[in-house]
Amino acid sequence: MPQYKLIVVILAAVLLAGCPGQPLSDPDATGAVPGGDAGPNTGGIGDDPIGRGEQIPDPYGSELSNIIYFAFDSSEIRAADTDIVARHAAQMANNSRMEIRLEGHADERGSREYNIGLGERRSQAVRRLLLIQGASVGQISTVSFGEERPVAIGSSEGEYAQNRRVEFKYTN
Amino acid sequence: MLRHTFKTLIIAVLLLSTAQAELIIEITRGAGSRTPVAVVPFAWVSPSPRVPLDVAEVVSADLTRSGRFAPIPESDMLQKPTEGADMDFDDWSVLGVEAVVIGRVEQTGENAYTVEFQLFDVFRRRQLVGYRMPASRGTMRRVAHRAADMIYEKLTGIKGVFGTKVAYVTAEQQRDGLLYKLVVADQDGENEHTIMESTDPIMSPAWSPDSRRLAYVSFEGDKSSIFVQTLRTGNRQRVSSKPGINGAPAFSPDGRKLVLTLGGVDGNLDIHILNISSRETKRLTTHRAIDTEGSWSPDGRFIYFTSDRSGGPQIYRVSATGGTPERITFEGSYNARPRLSPDGSRLAMVHNDRGDFRIAVMDVERRDLLIVSVGRQDESPSFAPNSDTLIYATRQGRNGVLESVSADGLIRQRLASGQADVREPVWSPFPRF
Repeated sequence: MPQYKLIVVILAAVLLAGCPGQPLSDPDATGAVPGGDAGPNTGGIGDDPIGRGEQIPDPYGSELSNIIYFAFDSSEIRAADTDIVARHAAQMANNSRMEIRLEGHADERGSREYNIGLGERRSQAVRRLLLIQGASVGQISTVSFGEERPVAIGSSEGEYAQNRRVEFKYTN
Repeated sequence: MLRHTFKTLIIAVLLLSTAQAELIIEITRGAGSRTPVAVVPFAWVSPSPRVPLDVAEVVSADLTRSGRFAPIPESDMLQKPTEGADMDFDDWSVLGVEAVVIGRVEQTGENAYTVEFQLFDVFRRRQLVGYRMPASRGTMRRVAHRAADMIYEKLTGIKGVFGTKVAYVTAEQQRDGLLYKLVVADQDGENEHTIMESTDPIMSPAWSPDSRRLAYVSFEGDKSSIFVQTLRTGNRQRVSSKPGINGAPAFSPDGRKLVLTLGGVDGNLDIHILNISSRETKRLTTHRAIDTEGSWSPDGRFIYFTSDRSGGPQIYRVSATGGTPERITFEGSYNARPRLSPDGSRLAMVHNDRGDFRIAVMDVERRDLLIVSVGRQDESPSFAPNSDTLIYATRQGRNGVLESVSADGLIRQRLASGQADVREPVWSPFPRF
């Protein structure tokens, strides 16, 4: 299986590249190389070395959103929200006692019971993605409130967009 | 184990009479010509001066609200007869009045009365109908509506629906969220009773064919269940609470079964039939699309339902014993919530009319569609038992209000409410005497 071997080789290369090895001194890093040939017109740049620094955590990154939004007449999870679903899935996969209720919602347009169907379609899209990413069937229940529990009251796209949503409710 | 989170859930099953009606009815559009009639104040025959109800006023208000009649004011009347023998037809001809109602209320016991009325045709100078009915203080309003029904039917050939009821759902903003109520009222908005209230949504009320029970969806405990509640006692039974969606109940014509929507764990909404006493369910559709909002044809042979198997929602029907569904609607991109008129001739639905959701009525034979409402967010059409009028929900500002419209779209009325958002009206069948 040549393809398989190729993947193994690539994986090995990636792993090696990522391994912490012997620190190599950077020849260009600190100016003139001591004991090197001093040629004409050579000079060093005497900058002080800088510290390694540390990352500033994203103040919002640690808070896992419990709500994602959908486009009109769509149950497709937006690319930007797949990370939110993945983090919920990871949490649930790591703690099998966690239980979640996915609450699907629709905007107010159209017929009420049909909107129950649209809300359910959204919560099922999230459920499937959670299951693929390691959550188990027994941890998830779904409910659709259709248009019955709006978060924004009003009849413009601004309110509609806030109401087309799935909420993650941890029940255990 | 699932640990239930106990939230403060207030569910009160009530049968309380409220003193004042919340619905106020105004006619927003009437037919071109309204027939002038006269409803003469009824005689009061009793030693007591206390009249329990102005029966003539109830009859007059019913005829006015129908949009087809214009009762003349009492001050225009040249005579006010209370006995048939006292009628002077010339006096009424002069006024252009085509029909005259006279009557008497007689007290026959402490809480026993007799209500009599007679309807006269002014041109033919004869009685069209006359009737005597027993009443108590508690039943007198219903007796007055029944008189109006008989008068209306004589004059129009259409059965009156003044004695019927309407059930609807209200949602009221409270300090911590919405309070939902399931309300039953007379069709003129009087006599309101809240039969159930909850901090979780209530949806999809449906009358039993004998008007004695209501089926509805309740989300108490954050899951959907279907209940059947007996109006007289307030007792209710949870008839469906399967995993996933339990929704959209509608009674069979014999009252023994419900058509409903079940979603299951995987959320595939399909039409099922539930036998109410045995609790057995039979699955009617299996498509992976949304199949919901089932309702029976009056002959019990078909289930009409909404399905988006073709992409958007359209109306289909399937034999009540199962089989391959047949698509019914093809006009427009959105047709949902089918309801057949009790005579089977018309099909009402929610129709997307160039971006606005409106009520449309389809002639079942000819298959042509008539749009009968003018709002942007109209929904939940329900036929009156005479098949001549529909009630539906529309928007007024941010609140839902109810409107009724004649099936030909010509006479429209708004039933304005107080503070609450009113939705999902369903018209009761004819009362049984």
